[in-house]
Amino acid sequence: MSFAFWVVAALTVAGGLAAVLLKNLVHCALALTIAFAGLALLFLQLDAQFAGFAQILVYIGAVAILIVFAVLLTRSSETPAQGGIFSHTWLAGLVVAAGLFAVLAWAVIESAGGLPHESSAPAVTVMQIGNALMGRYVLPLEILALLLTAALIGAAIVAMHEKEGTK
Amino acid sequence: MLERLDQVFVLFKDWLVAFLPASWQGVVGVIICVVAIIAVYPTLFALAVLMERKGLGRMQNRYGPNRVGPFGILQPVADGIKSLTKEDIVPLRADAVVHFLAPVVLVVAVFMGFAVLPMGRNMVLVDLDTSLLFFFAMMASTELSVFMAGWSSRNKYSLLGAMRAVAQMISYEVPLLLSSIVIVMMTGSLSLVRVVEAQNHFTGILPNWYVFTPWGFAGFIVFVIASTAETNRSPFDLPEGESEIIAGYFTEYSGFKFALFFLGEYVEMFAVAGLGTTLFLGGWAGPISFLSWVPSWIWFFAKVELWICFFIWIRGTLPRLRQDQLMNFAWKFVLPFTLFNLVVAAVWRFMGEGWLRWLVCWALVVGVYALAGRSGMRREKIGTRIYRYAD
Amino acid sequence: MLGEGILKGLAETAKNFAGSYVSKERLTTVQYPEERIPTAENARVFPFLVFDGKDWESGLRCVACQICEKECPPKCIYIEKSKDKKPDYVGKPQFYPARFDIDVSVCMSCQICVEVCPFEAIKMNTEFELATDDRFGGLLLDRHKLAQSNEYYHKIHPTEAAEVDARLAEEKAKTEAKAKAAAAAAAAKASAAAAAPKPAESATEKLAEPPAKAAESESKQGGGGQ
Repeated sequence: MSFAFWVVAALTVAGGLAAVLLKNLVHCALALTIAFAGLALLFLQLDAQFAGFAQILVYIGAVAILIVFAVLLTRSSETPAQGGIFSHTWLAGLVVAAGLFAVLAWAVIESAGGLPHESSAPAVTVMQIGNALMGRYVLPLEILALLLTAALIGAAIVAMHEKEGTK
Repeated sequence: MLERLDQVFVLFKDWLVAFLPASWQGVVGVIICVVAIIAVYPTLFALAVLMERKGLGRMQNRYGPNRVGPFGILQPVADGIKSLTKEDIVPLRADAVVHFLAPVVLVVAVFMGFAVLPMGRNMVLVDLDTSLLFFFAMMASTELSVFMAGWSSRNKYSLLGAMRAVAQMISYEVPLLLSSIVIVMMTGSLSLVRVVEAQNHFTGILPNWYVFTPWGFAGFIVFVIASTAETNRSPFDLPEGESEIIAGYFTEYSGFKFALFFLGEYVEMFAVAGLGTTLFLGGWAGPISFLSWVPSWIWFFAKVELWICFFIWIRGTLPRLRQDQLMNFAWKFVLPFTLFNLVVAAVWRFMGEGWLRWLVCWALVVGVYALAGRSGMRREKIGTRIYRYAD
Repeated sequence: MLGEGILKGLAETAKNFAGSYVSKERLTTVQYPEERIPTAENARVFPFLVFDGKDWESGLRCVACQICEKECPPKCIYIEKSKDKKPDYVGKPQFYPARFDIDVSVCMSCQICVEVCPFEAIKMNTEFELATDDRFGGLLLDRHKLAQSNEYYHKIHPTEAAEVDARLAEEKAKTEAKAKAAAAAAAAKASAAAAAPKPAESATEKLAEPPAKAAESESKQGGGGQ
């Protein structure tokens, strides 16, 4: 695991930590963007070019903007949260996070035995991804498309109803 | 001899790098290319700014700047000195860190896009398998910097301008991507080098550029419109010319940061022009077969300059679009047209060679354009207005 | 079809662009300090004082009547009357202004001073390049700076100057004719008084008749003599 990996990993973790610890909500969103960028760099280090650039395009280019818009349109981001940023039910949160971490760690360690050791990553070209999506995984692709369309139409309907509600 | 002229930059880099030990050669080679890009594009930016002011002036029946040097050539130098020596004012309640980072993010994201453009034969900085995706990823990051600039100024007008800018950029990103997908479909690869190589053939003396095919032409039109909107150029420059006294999301920037935003905008223009040239106009390929002796990088830069001239021409001609007109146009006309273009490209692919597919596809494209124009851009009838509180 | 208007607009701008290199009407800019558009004849900027002849001090038409000072809306004229008099263009002794200052940074070019001047002494100049970096006195013009000759007035406003000159000449002629008639009447009175010296001690009524009789007999004689 090279020096570059450690730097990028530190950046990602720092971004994630900042996203939950900062007071200003928009700063948190921007820190989350740094975490996304760190993830994209990790993907690129693993030679998963498509995943890495799609991560940048989708997460930083769209999801981060969405989060920021949501923050700005729903609450005032200038006043910090009343009563501090640490919630009362932190014990329950800690238990859930620990449980999730345990499951993920178990999955990674169990599957690490079967992987080739420190060799070059498999070269998965975009063409292979495309073939797989259109061949073996076409049903999930179509269902995803339906889901996204439903989300889009639902958002439009919710916005429309709100407009009629205010009239 | 002409081949050497064609490869002159590559040969020069190889000669420079040969002085170093073998382990350093790769890195230093890349660094030399990066330095070249960082040197060339801001120079082109200075020329483009001058060309824009003089070109716009001539179109508006006046001279452009003509006092600073002979024919005003030194005007960009004067502008540069002015922006460097102006006081850098950061508002008291502005978010200093984000305020500082916004132009930095913009310039970094925009210059990264040049890493995958093939500027001549063998003259691409990095030959990625997914270079088109990389380019679009970089362009998407510029939206973030626009938002950061608008929000960090703690200025209602800046925020409003930034929201509108981001909404505009997001809306037009979809047609931009979809029009490039058609090219990817027909080439079979996301790599820009492969796209240019596929266009480097000639049927007879005419070039095989994608712009001359029906689906390519439709994609080209959409790409021009969407790229003008992505870079916030007139007629889509509502975010930056909004009310004209309040400059939208860069109201609170002065001095060098403003110059960086300006630089970022123009270099982004060059980047999307470079991408458009690569995808539709054949990249570094020449237009006529007997002109192939002209070096490839001359063709590339000539085509990019043509795009810039076209952008300037459009700016001098069209009035600014309002926000709702802009969004209507994107979602109701451009997007359906682009989606149908994909179908046309598929029809082309499965119809087989011959004149029939030309006829059918051209008819489809023109028909859909007329239909979409008629139905998508129909203006709503405005009836008599009712003023609720006027009585 | 969608886009037709845009294409027409693009053609128009292209015509403008190309035409600006060849035709003058597509590029009407005048490169200002090197070339200038000649000002119109009735252009007006700030006032000036007219003088006739060669010497500006003695030929100044202004008689310091101070009407323009009183009528000026922003009160930018300051006049001090002289103590002595000098003859004007018809020869009558008039006052002259010892000081005549106009503050052109205050003047609003309304031309009221020109309209009310009874002596055609103040007229509107067309010179506008008066910018100076002297904040305190640079735009306060004294009477030497304001005085311009009648030839200059003819140069900048030919028709107006011609009219003014004609009017002044007419006035001069009228006063001269009146003076001549008055001189002739006075001379006639003087000689008639000299021709009837004898009934000097008699009453004035007698004097009234014999001069009339004498004038009659004289005229008869004169008529008979001829």
